[in-house]
Order: sequence, then structure tokens, then C-alpha cells
Amino acid sequence: MTAALAAGRAARMRVSAALFRRPWMRAVLLLSGPGAWFFLIYLAALVVLFISALWSVEPFTGKLVHHWTLDNFKALVNVSTYRTIALRTIAIAAAVTVTDVVLAVPFALFAVRIAPQRLRAVLFVAVLIPLWSSYLVRVYVWRLILSKDGVLNWVLEKVGLGAVNVGYSNWAVWIVFSYIWLPFMILPVWAAIERVPDSFIEASADLGARGWRTFRSVLLPLILPGIAAGSIFTFSLTLGDFITPTLVGGAGSDFIGNVVYDNVGIANNIPFAAAFATVPLAVMAVYLLLVRRLGAFEAL
Amino acid sequence: MRLAKLDALLGCILLALTILVSACGSSKSTASKLPTQIGKGEGQLSLVAWEGYAQPEWVKPFERQTGCAVHAKYAGSSDEMVALMRQGGGTQYDLVSASGDASLRLIRGGDLQPVNVNLITEWKNFIPQLKSPPHNTVNGVHYGISLQWGPNILLYNSDKVHPAPTSWSAIYSPKYKGLISVPKNPIQIADAALYLSKTNPSLGIEDPYELTEAQLDAATSLLKKQRPLIKKYWALASDEVELFKNGDVTIGAAWPLQQSTLVADKFPVKSLIPAEGATGWADTWMLSAHAPHPNCAYKWINWVSSPKVQAEQSVSYGETPANTKACAYMEQIKKGSCPIYHANAPVAYFNSIRFWKTPVAQCGNGRNDCMDYTKWQQKWTEITG
Amino acid sequence: MIGASRWSRVAFACGAALIMLFLLIPLALIIVYAFNPSNIQSWPLSGLSTKWFSSTWHNEEMRHALWLSVRAGLLATAIAILLGSTAAFAVHRFRFFGRDAISFLFVLPIALPGIITGMALNSFISFSGLTFSLTTIVIGHATFCIVIVYNNVLARLRRTQPSLIEASMDLGADGWQTFRLVMLPAIATALVAGGLLAFALSFDEIVVTIFTAGAQNTLPIWIFGNIRLGQQLPQVNVVVLFVIAVTLIPVALAQRLTRDAGLLRTTAPRTA
Repeated sequence: MTAALAAGRAARMRVSAALFRRPWMRAVLLLSGPGAWFFLIYLAALVVLFISALWSVEPFTGKLVHHWTLDNFKALVNVSTYRTIALRTIAIAAAVTVTDVVLAVPFALFAVRIAPQRLRAVLFVAVLIPLWSSYLVRVYVWRLILSKDGVLNWVLEKVGLGAVNVGYSNWAVWIVFSYIWLPFMILPVWAAIERVPDSFIEASADLGARGWRTFRSVLLPLILPGIAAGSIFTFSLTLGDFITPTLVGGAGSDFIGNVVYDNVGIANNIPFAAAFATVPLAVMAVYLLLVRRLGAFEAL
Repeated sequence: MRLAKLDALLGCILLALTILVSACGSSKSTASKLPTQIGKGEGQLSLVAWEGYAQPEWVKPFERQTGCAVHAKYAGSSDEMVALMRQGGGTQYDLVSASGDASLRLIRGGDLQPVNVNLITEWKNFIPQLKSPPHNTVNGVHYGISLQWGPNILLYNSDKVHPAPTSWSAIYSPKYKGLISVPKNPIQIADAALYLSKTNPSLGIEDPYELTEAQLDAATSLLKKQRPLIKKYWALASDEVELFKNGDVTIGAAWPLQQSTLVADKFPVKSLIPAEGATGWADTWMLSAHAPHPNCAYKWINWVSSPKVQAEQSVSYGETPANTKACAYMEQIKKGSCPIYHANAPVAYFNSIRFWKTPVAQCGNGRNDCMDYTKWQQKWTEITG
Repeated sequence: MIGASRWSRVAFACGAALIMLFLLIPLALIIVYAFNPSNIQSWPLSGLSTKWFSSTWHNEEMRHALWLSVRAGLLATAIAILLGSTAAFAVHRFRFFGRDAISFLFVLPIALPGIITGMALNSFISFSGLTFSLTTIVIGHATFCIVIVYNNVLARLRRTQPSLIEASMDLGADGWQTFRLVMLPAIATALVAGGLLAFALSFDEIVVTIFTAGAQNTLPIWIFGNIRLGQQLPQVNVVVLFVIAVTLIPVALAQRLTRDAGLLRTTAPRTA
């Protein structure tokens, strides 16, 4: 028994010594699992997907035709509807990101720097709870809030303000996206603010800087990576979503995601879907490279 | 070393690509013979169905009786049904409740296998028009068993819409601007074409699914003018129910399902088939060429075509059963429902509905100049995008 | 600003209160609608009813969906913990070609629109001849969960003193013992926090799942189906109410465990 244990231990020592002498072997061993997963499952599939953008589909039978063609991309450029949809998607994604920054920064500042310890814990849980409750149901409940005889207008009538007509429109899409992704902005910004040492703020005050000046010159540059990290989420999640526009949008609220989904799930035209999906892919690639310079990846 | 790694990586991707291309290139073979009897159930059944077609009311008893556990995937449009049936090489689902605009696409795409009608006990009691209709029977080969049918209706809030509409013009006129909803579905172009065939005879539209380029353009321009009047294109049946209920919409093109849901909630809605007539659907349960559970599928078709279940579905959804024996059961479930849902209506009523079918280029009489469905989809994106 | 005047403090407090309302009122409404007597949702409610609670409890489809989501979440989290932490160890310990690209690569599945990830995985699945099953759902979820564990563990490793490992080795421990007795305790809370977050993400995911689930219903897909059909909507609210109630515990736990927040990294280093 002990002999067996000792033998096992000796074998382990040998393996571990062998690995110790050859660090590359350890690296390969550690990376083979995740590496294989990503290259074989994910990256290969992505590459294949975008190659299929250069194919076409036989309309009646829905079978792929493997002839190289740029028709899908030509349609993207030539049909004005697709340009409108792409611009609408990017514009709303940008608007949502800006809105969430404007809401998240003061909220996180209050929570981290002003609120007492106990309130801070409450605020933190309040931000996390929406993340745990169904995304779909949270989007759906906004229909009831924003519709004509909905909660918002009911409240506005009660307090004597006139009703607004924002239900089923791009305004509704903007509001709901801002709501849904807000925690994704608050959390990294919160973490970034927590990392700023108190002494920096005190030093700034000692040097005579007022609140705003301290914020702009000391705090903002330090929390910028957090904001950039949050913006990856708000921007890319909005860019790729199709469910929120379907549920709360009106006539003319289609997103890139809707066209892509319709072409995959409905028209069965995967090549065209893939071609259109290159738009958010390209936008995100540029965006990721930009925010990487701001240190966003370290702050994720 | 680095280069070697890169080479290896590229090699892997290339290899994957090669395999993929060759896999896609090889075509599926379908050598299927008609079964002569229904075997033992496989314990599972996967359906692609319209919303409301797999209600617990008749699914539960079926599961108890046959031991086939039913998994239903709801599809919002015919296009979605076709896509689902082709997912994963067509091995995911057993049956689809396809309407006429999907059925031929599935047949020609080789996605279906023929069905032996002799194994369906109630088939002989179907109305004659639905025993071997052209949308599911090709060259005498049955690719499915008819289920239910009905018209697309004009639904309106009877408290707010005065006088009661008589024409589809209600959803094309600015009178109800911002209070209109129509389906988010390219086949909606046929509704516009049907309306134009009556209001603008000079276009020469005879069949709303067989449109020349000029006719399609006319329908498209009508729908583009309609778009600013639309509050929302409804994608889900529940969309429209809530649009009505919450006052966002007062009139729209609908399925009878929305009406029966709203009426059950005591909401004041009425509907009609306007003077121009209506488009409609005739649905068929169709069996996938690679159905993993064919025996349960046959059991299901038998179940849903039996008079009692036909009646249950008809009353629950608000459509007309294919089985003529259903009428008596409908009266048991809800007094007067048999005439309301036209289960005893004359043939003329059936013939008055322009049933959905897939627009194709070869549209009869040797003509080859019709716009196919891809064109319809493109136009529809231009209209709604 | 932080030694700020009273007025600006009050202004901040008001702003924060409004944002809290913005975050929580929809949740409150979701809970209220669980008591809606009608299956059509409109405002104000025509009354209150608890009838949906028992019908939800007896809804077998819902139970299947819930159970499937729980299993998928657990399996995906397990894979993410395994692969994410090994990747983090490798990146932390070794310098090699493409090391900087790895973070970039891992973050892709969540930084790219979900629909792209979904389509890619869908084509992978049909290409590889897999049939849609729990496995395919887990493959999809694990792909975007890996980065969460990876980020958590990597951040913790960067804060762990390398001297600890050297000391362990000096004292005669082999690699495995060092891992088990030194490294693992050091990263334990990071693993738990990352795992919780990964599970939460998996549990609520819909876009990728639509493409990888086939005819199976996870809880979000069941919810989406109910929203489409609208026949038993309040049941959805009952389920969400239940999920909120159950998850309050792990959320509070994660908060205690890690004290401060990041999104993919619940363990931001606290500068002393």
C-alpha cells in the first residue's frame, strides 16, 4: 500500500520534474484545452460563416450554391433599406452607450464615494438583481409601461402632465436598451472608482481643485478604462440584439440583428445573413481595438 | 517555431473548410417507402407548429394515450417553419403544420416524405377539397394530411371604430393613422394585391400570389404608403392582442386567434371578411423526410384529425376543421360554434378564400414572368425596414 | 467633489435615487403582474389573483425548461471553470507567442453580437453532425462563459505573490501539491465568484441558445414562447418572481465573498 503510494508519488515527481524542465510543455498542456475549444469550435465556425457570405442560396429549395459571388455585399451597398437599418442600429447603440455612461458615472460615484457602507451594499444588490432576472421579461414589462394606456401615461395623467406617445417606437427601443444594459455599465465603472485611492482625491483638493476639476482631471482619466469596458457591453449587446426591437419597437425599428435573424431563422438565406453580420463584426473589431488602447480589457 | 505553429493553425482551418465543403456538396438521398402500418411509438414527438396548434387541452390526453412526449416549437411565419424544418439537415423535427405557402417549398426542397393516407382513419371524412388539395398532394402523392383552414380577418375595436368598416380600405386610409397593425410577413403583399385587384382593375391582378413586376410594384407602393399609418407590424399573435388591449391600435389585419383571445377577456372587438374578400390559410401536417419519430407522428396525425380534437382546436383557435364530423362536437363545446366557424358552410365559402401559396416565377398559362418569393421578401424588407 | 458641498451631495443622492427607481420599478411591476387575474397584461390590473402560482407549479413544460436551464448552467459553468482557469494559469505563468491575443480571443464571444456567435455555433453543430441536445446548449454557453472565469482567476493570480509558489516548491512540494495546497486556496473565491457569474449569464441567455437548442426549451426559450403565445403570461411572471427570490441568496453571497465589483471580474484589486 505505502509502496504503491510511494511509486505513485515518484511517478508524479517524474512527471512534474519533466514538466518543470520544459516550461513550454506545461504551457502547451494548460492551453491545449481552452485553445482547442476556441479554435476548433468557435474560430473555425466563425471563419466558415464569413466565407459562406460569398455564396448564395437557391431560392425555392433553400440549398446552398457554392459559387463565389459578391452579390450579397452588393445588395448591402445598393439597397438603401439596409443602409438605413445599419445606420439606425449603430446610432441607437451609440446613444444607448452615452446614456448609460451619463447615468452610471454619477450613480457609481455616489455609491462608492458618498453613500455609507450599508447603503452601498443595498445599491450593489439593486444593480445585480436585474442581471439575475430574466432579460426577456424585463424587456416585456416595458411594453406595459410605455404603451398608450400603460403605466407611464397613467402616472403622467395622475400628476397632471399630458400623456406621451413613445410606445412602439425608436424612442422606446432606446429607453429599454438603456435600461437593460445599465448594470453592465455601472459595475465596471463602480470597480474603477473603487480602485482610485482616496489620497489622489485628497491631494487634488489640497492643491485647490474644486469638485468638477477633480473629476475631470483626476477621476475621469482613472476610471476611463472602466467606462470603456462597460461600453463594450452596452455597445455590442445593443448592436447584436434583435429581441428588444421586436418586442418594443414600432414600424421602422428593425435592427441589423432582425435582418440577420430573419435571414437565418426565416428566409434560410445564411449567406446574406453572414454578409450583413460582417457589418457589426467590423464595427466591433474597430471598437475593440480602440478601447483596448484605453485599457478596457484590464477593467472588464 | 512560430511559423510552424501558424502553418499548423492554417492547416487545421483549411482542413475544416475542406471537410465542410465536401459535406455540403454531397446530397442527401431520400429513399422512403410508404409504411403499411403504424408501429410502436418512439416515446417522443417534435412538432413545428403555429401558435395555438399544440394546446395542452389536446396534447396532454395524446401523451397519456400514446406515451409520445410532445415537444412543440412555435413558428411565427411560414418562412420560419421552412427554416426550422431544414435545420440540422431536417433531422430535428417530425411534423410541421405548414400552410400552403410553405408546403410546396418543403416538397420541392425534398424536406418531406410521402404519407400513407390509408393509415389515417378519419381522412375519408374530410371535406372533398381538402383530401388531395394541390398544396399538399403532388402527382397523386400525399405529402401530408390537411388540418384546419380559415380566413385572415379585419379586426377592429367596436367601441372606437365607427361606422363599422366594410372594406380593407380602412387599413390603407389615414383615418386611423398610427392606430393600425398588420402582420410582419412578406405574404402580406398578397393582401395588398387582393385589395388592388378590386379597387384598381386596370392592373389586371387575377391571382394575388401571381404578380408581374408591375403588379408587385403597385402593391409595394400601396404598402409603402401604408407604412406611416402603422403603429406596429405584429410578429407574434400576442403582440396584436396587447396592442388592442392597451389602446395602441384600434384596427388591423388579424387571425381569428387574436379575436377569440380578446373576446375571452371581454374586450370589445369585432371582425369581418371585407367586401374585397380575404386571404387565408389551409394547414397541413407534413412529415419530415428524416423524421426521427415517424410512428408517434402518424399517431399524432390520427389524433388531431379525429372529430373531437378537430372540434377542440377549431373552437380554441377560431378556424374551420377539415373533418366534417367535427361539427357535432363543436356544438357540445360551445353552442353555435359550428356555424360561427363555418364548419358546415357551403363549398362557395371555401372557394371564396384566396389561400396562401408560394409565389413562383412559372405562374400558370405558360407564363414565366411572375415575381418569385425572393423578390417578395426583398420588397417586404424595403417596405418595413 | 468627494469632500463635496452639501448641495452636491444632495443632488447626487437624488440622482442615485432616481436611477434606483429606474432599475427597480420594472422589477416591481413584474412581480405585480404575477398576480394578474387575466392572461392579457394591461394597466391597471382588474384585480389580484394567486391562481397562476398553482398552475405554474403544475406546469410540466416549465419544470422541464427550468431543469434543463439549471443543468446547462451547471455544466457550462464547470467547463468554464476548468478551461478558464487553466488558460489563466498559462497566461499568468508563461510568455509565449500570441499571449496578448488570448484575452482578445476569449472576450470575442461576448464582445461580438450574440447573433454572430449563435450563427457560427449553429453552423458548427450542423457541420459536425451533432444533434441538438443538452450538449449543444452547453457548448454554446461554455464558449461565452470561459472568459468570465478566465478574467476572475487571472486578476487574482496577478495579485497572488509569486514567492508563495517558490516557497512551496522550496519546501519540497511537487507541482500538484503546490497547486492543491497553495494555488487553489488562493484562487478559490475568484473561482466561486466567476462561477456564479457564469451561471447567471448562462441561465438567462437566449440569443445564442435559440441557435443551439433545437426543439428543446430552456427557461428563457420557454418564456419567449409564452410571450409569443400570450395564453398564460402571468406564469412567466411567477417564474421570474421565483428566480429573483432564489437568486437573492447567491447574489448576496457573491457580494460578501468578493466585497467589490467588476463585471467580468468580481474581484477588482483594492488598492490600499
